[in-house]
Amino acid sequence: MSKEDSLFNLSRRDLLKSLAGLPIVGTVWFAGAKTTVDAKHEKKYLLEKLNIKAAPPPPTGPMDGAPIRIGIIGFGIRGEQLCRAIGYATNEWEEAMKEAAAKNPNDTRYKEFKEQENLNIKITAVCDVFDYNAERVLKSFSSADNQVKRFATHKELVNSGTVDAVIIATPDHWHAPMAIDALNAGVHVYIEKPMTHNISETYALRDAVLQTGKVLQVGHQHRQTQSFLTAQDIIAKQILGHVSLVTTNTNRNDDNGAWQYDIHETASPQTIDWDQFLGSAPKVPFNKEHFFRWRKWWAYGSGLSGDLLTHDYDRLNCILKMGIPRSVMASGGIYTHRDGRNVPDVLQVNMEYPDFSTGSSQPAGKEKGMTFVYSATLGNQFDRPTYLMGHDGTMELGNTVSIYADARSTRFADMIKEGRIDPYTPIYQYNPSANATDAVTSATAKYFANKGLLWTYRDGKRVDPTFLHMREWLSCIRNGGKPSCGIQEGFEEAISAHMAGLSYKIGRRIEWDPESEKIIARPGEDLDAILIANEEKVIV
Amino acid sequence: MKTNLYSSGQNTSLVLLRLFIGWHFLYEGIIKVYNPSWTSKGYLLSASFLKPFFGWLASDSMVGIVDTLNIVGLIAVGLGLLLGLKIRWAAVGGMLLLGLYYLAHPPFGGMEQGPVEGSYWIVNKNLIEIGALAVLYQFPVYTALSLENLFSKKKAETIAS
Repeated sequence: MSKEDSLFNLSRRDLLKSLAGLPIVGTVWFAGAKTTVDAKHEKKYLLEKLNIKAAPPPPTGPMDGAPIRIGIIGFGIRGEQLCRAIGYATNEWEEAMKEAAAKNPNDTRYKEFKEQENLNIKITAVCDVFDYNAERVLKSFSSADNQVKRFATHKELVNSGTVDAVIIATPDHWHAPMAIDALNAGVHVYIEKPMTHNISETYALRDAVLQTGKVLQVGHQHRQTQSFLTAQDIIAKQILGHVSLVTTNTNRNDDNGAWQYDIHETASPQTIDWDQFLGSAPKVPFNKEHFFRWRKWWAYGSGLSGDLLTHDYDRLNCILKMGIPRSVMASGGIYTHRDGRNVPDVLQVNMEYPDFSTGSSQPAGKEKGMTFVYSATLGNQFDRPTYLMGHDGTMELGNTVSIYADARSTRFADMIKEGRIDPYTPIYQYNPSANATDAVTSATAKYFANKGLLWTYRDGKRVDPTFLHMREWLSCIRNGGKPSCGIQEGFEEAISAHMAGLSYKIGRRIEWDPESEKIIARPGEDLDAILIANEEKVIV
Repeated sequence: MKTNLYSSGQNTSLVLLRLFIGWHFLYEGIIKVYNPSWTSKGYLLSASFLKPFFGWLASDSMVGIVDTLNIVGLIAVGLGLLLGLKIRWAAVGGMLLLGLYYLAHPPFGGMEQGPVEGSYWIVNKNLIEIGALAVLYQFPVYTALSLENLFSKKKAETIAS
């Protein structure tokens, strides 16, 4: 080997072979960098085009001043959850959560409860017709400086002068009468959904709120869920184009989901004020099942249309602001839980909005009108997402939001042609939990989480939307302002749900007259009586 | 020139194997470097085996360090194998990384596999790549793609003799 041919004492050939790794490194590096950077640019380009804001709303006002005195009316499953959301947990719950956290360090429910902001409230009064429930409140929520007082009736409670506000979490047939009495006594109201149990009381409650000027918030806590706020922005920017169809669903397949709640061992005519529970409902002898599983009968509850359709309806009403449908057709039956209930466990509801539009990318006048479909079964829990289907795109909605461009979209036609948009890959995804993890425990909990009912996020931190919803209510009481699910939203929710219930029961299309603000009845028809009639379907 | 006692076919095969694995590691590292939103958190949190350990790696205080070490590790192993520098070190580093990937989602019967593109039972591509790196560790061929070769002629000649 001559000196000229070598460097490092290697032949030129060997030298090249030794150095061959360098260009390979350069090539791989360049390819990796280019792929990633190009994808980033594409993403940025799309995001700028779409210009969707996922910013959280400004926080509600300060919780200063004298503590707000709160009375809890109905301390069952939901009443207990609502109290916890404002910082009052029962001793039993705290013990159970401490134990769960000791067993599983990832179970942060107790820690999160303890870290929750103090809302500067005092639970001062309780009214529950079941002794066990009322006593749990007295035992757990009383302290040296705050002895919780039990009242035998809601009327005594709201007129006692011991409360500024009440939380109503009773069976549906008591919602409106209690809320109206509270408002007339000058007491603010947080009321569980459905807002009312029949049509006439829906108007009466609206009048009471408007006349008294007190703050009423309906318990649709998902209005606080950030993915829904993001979805509102997507609609406002007309990214989906004209939405002609919305499909929402309930799928549950467990006893709890079918309202087969536990019957407490201490329940008896001695521990339950049965007459007061019945209220306006037909007089029937003491019945534990009716008491604990009241959602299964029209006399006290409203089945899928009142309990679960209302969630989906309000979720969409919060995004689309579509209001009361012009007409509703519903059908279904008791097909999976033939246990003596008279509310359906399979229900399909079609709500028509012939004049509604989310905007159009096509010639004026071509697109108008929308159908809202609610499809539910309590006999299967396959997760069906909510879809908002527009000419330009589809939104898949849960705690996350995904947008797909439609292959035949007008708005995105050029970008699809240029290959910048693939109709089968989301053009936008909002996942507030990307940097956090959920430990949802049961199928029903997962279902709620997916619906945006369980958790939402603020600054990357998991927050219970019920807490935010109740905080907003308290802030409106303290600082003024309008709650996000006030009487107008509640009115629309209740009327729409009642139309669905009526259509199921009567078996025909139920129409709404927006001029007179009335559900159209046929001569001689008493819609309220039909709606709450407690027998099997009246007419099929 | 560093040479050894293998046939040219054997040498070529071993260098090619080193090129492929180095390429794979380097590309995986580079993709992550240029994508700041990449994180191993999801992979770690969805671990189906040794959950407490991987959960700890995914914790807020650890995951940043884990992500950085993973990227640095992938690139270092990739460069080592492609440039033929410290091949044995690179092989060991590569095996360690792959071992972690393997253990987080091992294809044992009955365990959640997550999205995979093939069918595996006990042996998957991570494990095969670990095996391939073990071969490179045992036979760190320097006949091509080797900067180390430039500086160690003497040593190589000794091996050859």
